[in-house]
Amino acid sequence: MSILCRIVNSFHRSKVEQEIDRELKSHLEMRIADNVAAGMSAAEARRDALIRFGNRSLIREAVTAADAQLTFDELWHEVRYAVRQLRRSPTFTTTALITLIVGIGTNVIVFSVLNALLLRPLDVPEPTGLYNVVHQTLGYDNQSYPDFVDFQTKNSTFTDMAAYRLQDAGLTAGNAAYKCWYYRVSGNYFDMLGVQPAYGRVFHATDERGPNSAPYIVLSHGLWVSDFDSDPRIIGTTVHINKHPFTVIGIAPSGFHGTDVFIWPDFWMPMVDSPDDEGAGFLSNRAMHNIWILGKLKPGVSPPQAAENLNTIARELARQYPATDDDLSARLVKPGLMGDMFGDPARSFLGGIMVLALLVLLAACANLASLFAARTADRSRELAIRLAIGSSRWHVLRQLLAEAVLISLLGGVLGTIFSAALLGSLTRWQPFPEFPIHVALSPDATVYFVALLLSVGSGILWGLVPMRQVWTTDSMQIMKSSAAGTMVFRRFALRDLLLFIQITLCTLLVTSSFVALRGMQRSLRAPLGFQPQSVVLAQTDLHMGGYSDNSSTRIQNRMLQEVSGIPSVTAVGIINETPLGTGGSSTRVYRLGTTDFRSSNSAFGAKYFSISPGYLKAAGTHLLTGRDFTWYDDANTPKVAIINDSFARAMFGKTSALGLRFVMADKVSYEIVGVVENGKYDSLTESPWAAMFFPLGQNPDSDTSLVVRSQLSPGEIVPELRQVLTEIDPSLPFTFHSWPDALAFVLFPARVATATLGVMGFLAAMLAVTGVFGIAMYSVSKRIKEFGIRVALGAQPVQLMRSALSRPLTLLLCGSAAGLLLGAIASKLLAQIVYQATSRDPLVFGAVIATMAILGLLATWIPAHRVLRTQPAGLLREE
Amino acid sequence: MSRNDLQGSLDLLVLKTLSQMGELHGYGIVLHIQRASDELLSVEEGSLYPALHRMEQSGWIRSEWKVTETNREARYYRLTGAGHKELLKAEKSFERLVKGIRAVLRYA
Repeated sequence: MSILCRIVNSFHRSKVEQEIDRELKSHLEMRIADNVAAGMSAAEARRDALIRFGNRSLIREAVTAADAQLTFDELWHEVRYAVRQLRRSPTFTTTALITLIVGIGTNVIVFSVLNALLLRPLDVPEPTGLYNVVHQTLGYDNQSYPDFVDFQTKNSTFTDMAAYRLQDAGLTAGNAAYKCWYYRVSGNYFDMLGVQPAYGRVFHATDERGPNSAPYIVLSHGLWVSDFDSDPRIIGTTVHINKHPFTVIGIAPSGFHGTDVFIWPDFWMPMVDSPDDEGAGFLSNRAMHNIWILGKLKPGVSPPQAAENLNTIARELARQYPATDDDLSARLVKPGLMGDMFGDPARSFLGGIMVLALLVLLAACANLASLFAARTADRSRELAIRLAIGSSRWHVLRQLLAEAVLISLLGGVLGTIFSAALLGSLTRWQPFPEFPIHVALSPDATVYFVALLLSVGSGILWGLVPMRQVWTTDSMQIMKSSAAGTMVFRRFALRDLLLFIQITLCTLLVTSSFVALRGMQRSLRAPLGFQPQSVVLAQTDLHMGGYSDNSSTRIQNRMLQEVSGIPSVTAVGIINETPLGTGGSSTRVYRLGTTDFRSSNSAFGAKYFSISPGYLKAAGTHLLTGRDFTWYDDANTPKVAIINDSFARAMFGKTSALGLRFVMADKVSYEIVGVVENGKYDSLTESPWAAMFFPLGQNPDSDTSLVVRSQLSPGEIVPELRQVLTEIDPSLPFTFHSWPDALAFVLFPARVATATLGVMGFLAAMLAVTGVFGIAMYSVSKRIKEFGIRVALGAQPVQLMRSALSRPLTLLLCGSAAGLLLGAIASKLLAQIVYQATSRDPLVFGAVIATMAILGLLATWIPAHRVLRTQPAGLLREE
Repeated sequence: MSRNDLQGSLDLLVLKTLSQMGELHGYGIVLHIQRASDELLSVEEGSLYPALHRMEQSGWIRSEWKVTETNREARYYRLTGAGHKELLKAEKSFERLVKGIRAVLRYA
């Protein structure tokens, strides 16, 4: 039969079947005719023919099975049968559907996030072969521009390499001013990515002819639509960025949002141009690491080969420039996570959550498996009859599997629809309005494929559980006994195991969420090294008003004077970047007497900040010893610094640090005038590290965060502040936050982790309740007659309860213990995300036990009630 | 002897029958095998049909509905070119099997 014929056949199933029937019938008729001719009676002839022929339905099945293509059709038949079966038991179907929607939906959501951040290639026309080049040391992802140029020109493994960095600036067009985030990129950036402008043109490598040679910008499609009314006449006009003129030369295509997965910049500017007085200095300074490198591999070159190639260049550069390139090295990472800044946390966090989501699904499957096994036991009569009339065991099993997979697919589809809706709202969510962050989470083909895989996989997983049941069914035995009583208890071992697994997983998830919650609570109370309560921050970058770093100090001084004049303000100070804010830099410090300033000779790395006199008081940072800065600490007086306790201990041990000195890479030595308490600078989970503060008078900075402590609430003080600051310079854009609100950014990972774990724990708890409830209810309903007899014989309620509920309760107890143990192990992993996550906390321990006890009570309440209400007379009458 | 060998011998019997008789329906094949083997080989008649269907799928035989001499409808099977080749192969492997079994029996 030709392929075509087979395909046609699969559409005419009934026709093929009819033909087989016709053929078998014709065979029987010929045999009967021959038998009659041989002298048998009609009845005898027929009987003989049938005996000789064998089991007709089995043979028909075998004949159809021989037709491979017909299997497809058989499937359809089975699906229809499964639909009928499922419609007949709506309770089971609904329970299973809800369980699956929750289980699969959770996985789809988590996987979508994972897919959007870690798996999907960059959203550019030619994403293949793109890699970020970062250092081998984790978390050290920025490169210097001269190193980039060396990598770019000396390598033999990349088609091209581009550099980019993210910055913010004030953009003025006509009378309107916007605070913008933009990319400063090397000239070949657009060409390497294959990005064509929507209108106008983009800049090219040929536009770069040294510092400030290309004062052009390319607007993002989003900014063009929202702030320039999609007017193409903007092209060719001049806008001002931090008060420097730039020409708009083009509009980027609408889908293009740069080379980071979750950043949506407002415009692109050539790297050689600079709108602030940091100037083009970094273009020739190997010590300034502030760009990310994106490279495109030559076809056929593997990432390890390319990394080796770059490392050879790096070693050469280290020999050539030992002072700056001493520890230069290269590693290739998947692009799009700001160098690899978010790579590691994202990978470990999302990986962990994905595992938890799979555990929830596994618990759901265990739940369904025990439900399904119970249901199969209830249907054992039906199955026995089908086996007796000639259905093969494989066929019966396939039928059951079809039911399981069908319902899983349905659950998967519904779960995916729900999660797509939820992901849509997550995509629109902008957790930090002041940053251009948003993640396009809408599910793509990969997500749908995974959802399908999970649906079918989980269907098979729980659909195969009754396999042994079907295989060992003795049809004669079952048809003889009136109820399927014997089957129920034989099958208990498997269902017990499933329930145990489920409770263990549930306890694990509940423990994790409690550990995270508790850690979250602690991290909110941890000593930060400053007192954020009743402080309002007013933040700006003076570059946006056209000030240089050096002219900043004067206006900052004026701001402090004016603000401290507000009656309700108790203290005010300025810091360039607030600790636990979004920026903050670190640098290497050296012991006094160091002559060779290569980085391997440094004492350690330390965070550094520039602060005004009065900042320490306004921020609530305790000065342990020494003095605060004064405005007399300026360019004309010796360089001074205030250090934190960790710094003092690391460099000077127990000796008092006051009056001692240290050196920085620029060979300038600093005298220590004060020591302050330790604090948190980058994240809540960091271990204490060294920090130093310099006076703004000696270390001017245009970044300005006014730290205003007042007796009024933020809502009351902000208008007054705004008025005072506008009077000083109306062109300066300020953002105002209460300090606790500003900490949201740094608390975000822990908050997300806690919320996610909370949801997972809740889901798992629900599954455990339904699991325990199901099994208790089932065993009670199967034994209700036994209980009736026992009540009639005078059994006490306690005895009945013991025999009805001891099994589920024992399982609950064992499962909880195992889960708690696993939770203790898992919380070590959790500690990486959530501050001070530990399960050795008696409160966590108690909460988990209490939760499991409540769950147990919830789940066994109704079954227990039913046992106690047993009416022997009524039950015995039933039969 | 595994199940496959038995199935193989049923295939061989059917192919040989068709090559000798030209065109035959299922019932006719059963009768021929019984008669030619002096009633020694009697297959469960129905089990022939899965084999016929499978061989048709493999392209060794072709079928056609026709009317018998007694005016009944029956499905007639005939060998194809591929079927002839398959028969030669099956005969050879059967010879080997018989030889092997004989050798073992002699040894015992």
